Amino acid sequence: MNIVVLVKQVPDTWSERKLSDSDHTLDRASADAVLDEINERAVEEALLAKEAHGGEVTALCMGPERATEAIRKALSMGADKAVHLSDEALHGTDAVGTAKALAKVVGTLESVDMIIAGNESTDGRSGAVPAMLAELLGWPQLTYARSLSLDGSTVTIERETDAGVTSVRAELPAVVSVTEKINEPRYPSFKGIMAAKKKPVSTLTLADAGIDAGEVGLSGALTQMVSSAPAPPKEAGQQVTDEGDGGTRIVEFLSGKNLV
Amino acid sequence: MPVERILATTEATDLLNLTKDIARNELAPEAARAEETGNFPHEKFELLGEAGLLSLPYPEAHGGANQPYETYLQVLEEISSAWMTVGVGLSVHTMSCYPLVEFGTDAQRERWLGEMLGGHTLGAYALSEPQAGSDAGALRTRAERNGAGYAVTGTKCWITHGGVADFYTLMARTSEDEISCLLVDGNTPGLVAASPEHKMGLTGSPTTELVLDGAPVAAERLIGGEGNGLRIALRALDSGRLGIAACAVGLAQAALDQALEYARQRTQFGRSIIRFQGLEFMIADMEAAVHSARATYLDAARRRDAGLAFGRQASVAKLVATDAAMKVTTDAVQVLGGAGYTTDFPVERYMREAKVLQIFEGTNQIQRMVIGRDLAGA
Repeated sequence: MNIVVLVKQVPDTWSERKLSDSDHTLDRASADAVLDEINERAVEEALLAKEAHGGEVTALCMGPERATEAIRKALSMGADKAVHLSDEALHGTDAVGTAKALAKVVGTLESVDMIIAGNESTDGRSGAVPAMLAELLGWPQLTYARSLSLDGSTVTIERETDAGVTSVRAELPAVVSVTEKINEPRYPSFKGIMAAKKKPVSTLTLADAGIDAGEVGLSGALTQMVSSAPAPPKEAGQQVTDEGDGGTRIVEFLSGKNLV
Repeated sequence: MPVERILATTEATDLLNLTKDIARNELAPEAARAEETGNFPHEKFELLGEAGLLSLPYPEAHGGANQPYETYLQVLEEISSAWMTVGVGLSVHTMSCYPLVEFGTDAQRERWLGEMLGGHTLGAYALSEPQAGSDAGALRTRAERNGAGYAVTGTKCWITHGGVADFYTLMARTSEDEISCLLVDGNTPGLVAASPEHKMGLTGSPTTELVLDGAPVAAERLIGGEGNGLRIALRALDSGRLGIAACAVGLAQAALDQALEYARQRTQFGRSIIRFQGLEFMIADMEAAVHSARATYLDAARRRDAGLAFGRQASVAKLVATDAAMKVTTDAVQVLGGAGYTTDFPVERYMREAKVLQIFEGTNQIQRMVIGRDLAGA
């Protein structure tokens, strides 16, 4: 069972996140950068599958040079090796371009049985890359998994969305995206940290992976951010003084929001 | 506000990232409640042990991580920022392992160090006695030689982890003139921890007297030969004081972070209170105290890592950092005003936790004595 886990470095959700003024892309330098929490769960799920069925876990990351820290975290948790697609021409790549680039890199890897990704990153939040990647590879997509099980060459997930829970099954190879309910990721350990330093990380440029520079980057993006503004500060809540009509006024408030 | 650190290696960077994850997700959310109810967080030490954080400065051959003090202390600082009981506990555990690491024989290290550093056992340090606090050399606990080893009788006090520790690094008198260091198993018959002291802070961790009544300790548990106990104890304290300095900086940083967040958000007279110079300067002084204290312990740690003498510098760091923690936590309560005096915010707890830092592992008066005597060439 050879599993590729997609990992992304994102600004820490605990720090202040900003967009750059010039091109409305994420200002990656202004915040602490971490391995996205949802990716920790994706790595955990891959490690559990490996522990149960054998094989190898490869972390695949597209991102600037600084993303090596996020890659090291995946390796220190227990992934066996990593591939880092890093090229300045990737700056500003949108979801479609990202999926195209990742599909090319997956094509350079030998015998991949399954790709596990987070369902959406905490920065871009398009939530589209796993499905797009499956489409480009011609593989089945099993998205929003809250549980995953493997049986021979079949993968089954419980897919949980606002619409409810469904059981989805597919033949491998397949792409699975996981939600935050899938598991509790393990912490790395000092031993894992030291082991990670010796694990192979291959760094690829666009040319190495055979990616057409015209399909990625800001210029290749099919979507464009034309303006951005910081979210308005939270407004103070509305205070209702109960003058004997408290119950009525609460119902009025709730029905005004279409909640009752 | 995350502290920006200059770290020398990728493993130090990764260790600090791991520590911050654990501190943020596992320690900080539970600290206030556990301190209020007095529940010792045994499982948190298990977690730190599994992550390999309970044995950072010790040799890899025995299950340690062989990390420089500079890295270990910054890990300790981050943990203390999230939960002081756990930070102080880690520092005490590390100090309790020190005599065996430095003065034990190969056979002794082979036998006990693995489990002490493995993360599933917790240590305590038993030096003080009711009549021997700052004057540690006046201790009266006796270890009387008999056939199989020693029978230990006496009363130790102010034992952090008393009753919950798996082993005690204990100093006792093997003759009228000689103090010796013994590694005592926590389950030794005749060894009993008294009921915990009622303290103003660090209430999540028991501090007790330890009563020994003819407790049998095998001869092979003598560390460093008879008569070397006081020297070993003082050497361990040199390194232990660096740990306390790091704990103090972590606590002060936590208080500063709270004060800063509050002072930015709280408005009076139509503006954030941090825009009033009275508070702005107060917070600037807090930052200066935290920053200089951190620089002081890091300098002492680098001396230790470089193999230079560092006892005086460790005392300076302990003195500077713990006085800074007392001042910064007190001022944090002031910045928060009435809110700071309530248990709705953690700063009143920080202030209570800071006080003991000026007292244990050598009072700050003793630190001045150590510094002064070293300068005088005594």
